[in-house]
Amino acid sequence: MQDETILEVRNLKKYFPITKGFIFQRQVGAVKAVDGVSFTIRRGETLGLVGESGCGKTTTGRVILRLQEPTAGEVIFEGKNVFALNKEELRRMRRDMQIIFQDPYSSLNPRMTVGDIVGEPLEIHNIARGREKLRRVQELLEVVGLSPYHVNRYPHEFSGGQRQRIGIARALALNPKLIICDEPVSALDVSIQAQILNLLEDLQKEFKLTYLFIAHDLSVVRHISDRVAVMYLGKIVELAPTDQLFENPQHPYTEALLSAVPIPDPEVKRERIILPGDVPSPVNPPPGCRFHTRCLYARDQCRVEEPPLEEVAPGHYAACWVLPFKTQRSKAAVIKKEAGARE
Amino acid sequence: MARNAVAIPERAVPAGVAVGQSYWQIAWRRFKHHRVALLGGAVILLFLLLAIFAPYLTPYSFEQIDLLNRKAPPSLKHLLGTDDLGHDVLTRLLYAGRISLTVGFSAALTSAFFGTLIGGLAGFYGRWLDNVLMRITDIMLSIPDLPVIIILARYMGGSVVGIVFVLTLFAWMGTARLVRGEILKLRNQDFTEAARAMGASDVRILVRHLIPNALAPVIVAATLTVGSAILLEAALSFLGVGIQPPTPSWGNMLQNAQDFIWTAPWLAVWPGAMIFLTVLCFNFLGDGLRDALDPRLKV
Repeated sequence: MQDETILEVRNLKKYFPITKGFIFQRQVGAVKAVDGVSFTIRRGETLGLVGESGCGKTTTGRVILRLQEPTAGEVIFEGKNVFALNKEELRRMRRDMQIIFQDPYSSLNPRMTVGDIVGEPLEIHNIARGREKLRRVQELLEVVGLSPYHVNRYPHEFSGGQRQRIGIARALALNPKLIICDEPVSALDVSIQAQILNLLEDLQKEFKLTYLFIAHDLSVVRHISDRVAVMYLGKIVELAPTDQLFENPQHPYTEALLSAVPIPDPEVKRERIILPGDVPSPVNPPPGCRFHTRCLYARDQCRVEEPPLEEVAPGHYAACWVLPFKTQRSKAAVIKKEAGARE
Repeated sequence: MARNAVAIPERAVPAGVAVGQSYWQIAWRRFKHHRVALLGGAVILLFLLLAIFAPYLTPYSFEQIDLLNRKAPPSLKHLLGTDDLGHDVLTRLLYAGRISLTVGFSAALTSAFFGTLIGGLAGFYGRWLDNVLMRITDIMLSIPDLPVIIILARYMGGSVVGIVFVLTLFAWMGTARLVRGEILKLRNQDFTEAARAMGASDVRILVRHLIPNALAPVIVAATLTVGSAILLEAALSFLGVGIQPPTPSWGNMLQNAQDFIWTAPWLAVWPGAMIFLTVLCFNFLGDGLRDALDPRLKV
């Protein structure tokens, strides 16, 4: 794998204003959907982004693509600041960055044929029209495992998995370098999930794609990601290479999240970490560490000061004050794992 | 719909490209089962043909008078009788159909167009534009339209264009609200985001993705508007501010007939029946279209 950075996100923030009033609207607050997120993606890798519903992972994806305007922060894609691009530059950049959606039902226009849907990006960017477009569309359909003769069918004539393939073909049409996969399998049956995941992996190899893979299903993320970032209430709390994160989670939230992954073996008993309470409102996130209201290890410091995302092992970042404390608790295990990580 | 079909079910498809069923084809299939609407549509089609081919269907012109047969009851010479000036009623009825249907269709089309435009812009751009356009819509909806229409029609000279303009002025608001609501719903659907992500312009998103999906209720509303426009035109002509004689319209034929309601009742019956039937059929048609185009009904 090359170590070249393709996408860098710096301190990204997206607040949705809450307004009151009829004609003269004034802002009375903001939903802090994304509140200072930073990470990088290397060319050719898959970065998993996990978190509960409402933690801001989808918004992060949309803001990176500038489908929504950011409140603050920078996104550097191949050396260019995405937020500084003008209309024409942005349009050109869209060829390199695409998105696959969660819901295969609402992501395809029901009034258009498959050929029109997959061919639309080619038309917009003046790449192909008429016969040439048809040929390209049929090629793309084959690439994603559909039949070329489906071009004149409508989305409602396909199953969920097939529709997702159409969405993938559309995303591939422009030969993008980065694809943001926004929970691409969570709306599908389990048996179809594996097919789509394998398709995404094959396409990654074939077209040298880079993925930002947003999901809430940890086993899916573990399967496909090279590195994983965990989000909680608009912030990244932990980021590490996949195996390291799953075997040696550092942040108490990650720990709890992992303990909730079901094991397909009724014999195995495991201690679940049940988090008390609900996720606090992103309108009024708790001061200090955002997780302290539900954290089993929270101390006074956690309620006042916000922990920075710090490197706790090579390539392994976590944002938690209690970490040193936790490390002490299970010192032996950590030393062993750290030695493993350094190798 | 089978969501877990793994391979594409191979049907017996002839070689080449499979042809899918578009939304409109499915709607038509559903519409065909709606007998009353089908009947309504057939009657409207018949009236349209009668209006279009009026010159070939009657030996008289609509201005021609037969002074020896004034207020004559139906006979072989004048199938539906004649009026007080000796005009052939059947002839005038056919020509009046031209005027009334033209007014109805034109008013429905223009109000559907402007309603879609205004609702589309309001829903798509939102914010202050939405506020301004929707407040104008509210204001237009709260004006008691009939008195204003009567006054305006009085000064529009009684021409077809003038009447259509006045009727459109007070008929676009329903469509605007419908379209705005649809656009608001569709704007946040993933296929709109997908179009944006591939670099589609606002115009393209609006014209190719949003409006086609918002069209079904517009068509239903426009169909019903045809009926109500014909009714309003008749009311205006009846009050003497609509289409001016000698150009016949169903409304001004009625107005003319009121003086002779006891001596020559057929003068009132025929135009009245035409208005009644036309409006009824448009309502039937609208009902059928509403059912056929209902997005909640699955394929």
